[in-house]
Amino acid sequence: MTLRATVAELVREFRASGRIVIVGASLAGLRAAETLREEGFTGSLTIIGDEPYEPYDRPPLSKQVLKGWVPADHTKLPRMREVDADWRLGVAAVGLDRATKQVRLANGEQVPYDRLLIATGTRARQWPNPAEAALRGVHTIRSRDDAEQLQKELAEPPSRVLVIGAGFIGSEVASVCRELDIPVTVVERGSAPLVGALGGVIGAIAAQLQRDHGVDLRCGLGVSSLEGDSGGHVRRAQLSDGSIVDADVVVASLGSIRNVEWLEGSGLAAGFWGVGCDAGGRAFDINGVVTDSIFVAGDVARAPHVLYEYQFLAMEHWDNAVLGAEAAAHNMVNLEPDYRPHLLLPGFWSGQFGVNIKSVGVPPFGDEIVFTQGSVEERRFAAAYGHRGRIVAAVTFDHGKWLEYYGKLIEHSGPFPPPPPGWDQPPDMKPMPAEFPDPRVPTAIPDVVLTGHAPSGRTAEFRPRHH
Amino acid sequence: MRIVVDLNRCQGYAQCVYLAHEVFRLNGQEALTYEPNPDDQRRLQVERAAAACPVQAIVIDRLDGEERGETS
Repeated sequence: MTLRATVAELVREFRASGRIVIVGASLAGLRAAETLREEGFTGSLTIIGDEPYEPYDRPPLSKQVLKGWVPADHTKLPRMREVDADWRLGVAAVGLDRATKQVRLANGEQVPYDRLLIATGTRARQWPNPAEAALRGVHTIRSRDDAEQLQKELAEPPSRVLVIGAGFIGSEVASVCRELDIPVTVVERGSAPLVGALGGVIGAIAAQLQRDHGVDLRCGLGVSSLEGDSGGHVRRAQLSDGSIVDADVVVASLGSIRNVEWLEGSGLAAGFWGVGCDAGGRAFDINGVVTDSIFVAGDVARAPHVLYEYQFLAMEHWDNAVLGAEAAAHNMVNLEPDYRPHLLLPGFWSGQFGVNIKSVGVPPFGDEIVFTQGSVEERRFAAAYGHRGRIVAAVTFDHGKWLEYYGKLIEHSGPFPPPPPGWDQPPDMKPMPAEFPDPRVPTAIPDVVLTGHAPSGRTAEFRPRHH
Repeated sequence: MRIVVDLNRCQGYAQCVYLAHEVFRLNGQEALTYEPNPDDQRRLQVERAAAACPVQAIVIDRLDGEERGETS
């Protein structure tokens, strides 16, 4: 038998009777499972998820579920096909042994795999003071259970809600509060809402949008402490300027943490930034060497992106979970030269205060912004982000129909400022600084450093910084 | 039944809102919200809405409850 025929036979055999384990039973895990079966994989498939629920969609949680229109358990994801999987729900993966190719579960069980997909996603960053975080009425929102509990408390209704952090989730929660006519205070450390994702120019527009809808928005401030009553229910917060906010519901929307702790000691390139992988979803080991049997998809994946100087990007976006999972699953049951890249132009949406905010590309990659269509006063516009004379992203407020135009320009490395689409142009089309916050702020993140001298001894290790 | 709308794709044409207003709603001019698990009685309405979507952003499940095969 030729080598080529032997390899083809191996692929056939793996597809027929291999063992694939998917860790993570949310959007990426489900779509990967469906793709594997679609590609003709008939071996054993195990899906491990720490939540007790079958895969559900998260974006509705901070919108129609919080508002009380849609029950939290009405978010189950539609199925594209049968997956014939062994679902292990409600039990978390807690360890990975690459030598014996086993995933260890919280109940002590070991699940063997031939190929593994890591799709463990992210979790909400909790309020950092554990005693204060444990007060009743203090919430984060990421899961079905989170949304269900918060919705109940919003329905009571509270006298005031305090939202800490004005990213997309925090802003959406504030929007729902105002729709429900609940007084809401939003405290944001940065200069404006959405400033990390969209920069200060758009942030200023988002700030005005919030204030026009009656949000008590306080930027450039932090929350120093939360105080409860004798019954252990949160009642007030002290801000960094000494002022007091009385609130009986607090929502901490402080961003997300990638679920990588279970990979500690596995020797994979996993850390606070996620799990490093190539554009085909193949995981890197700690030395940056690609593995053959471990794949990554969804929020936890971090891969070099051809459009952004091959910088490693983690994309916590819905379509990244779907399309990244499809590419990784395809590659799990194929070999070179049939690998497929996941070359996504990132995109997201957020409905808040009656405005549809959408984006394509990577806005923080840009340093300049120009308004190209519509009217800021009417909050119906498109703006493009540029970096070194090239368009790298675009954002729209109630102008989503035009995103495709900008997306095409970004994909083709179009110029910045971009040629206007010849319709609905604002009078002033002068590029200005996009005003992203300085990313070089000190944080408690681990470093990757090279150690050792002999080439054979050269290896990377993680050195967490302790402050 | 179960649906999901690819809101990256959705451009707010609102054809679905006309055809199944109990399931799809606009929040403002363009921001679509919807009931992801509508009552089975609405299936015909929802299928019409999905067919009418100019950007084909509405995904409807292709399996019945029995076929999903959850074991836990």
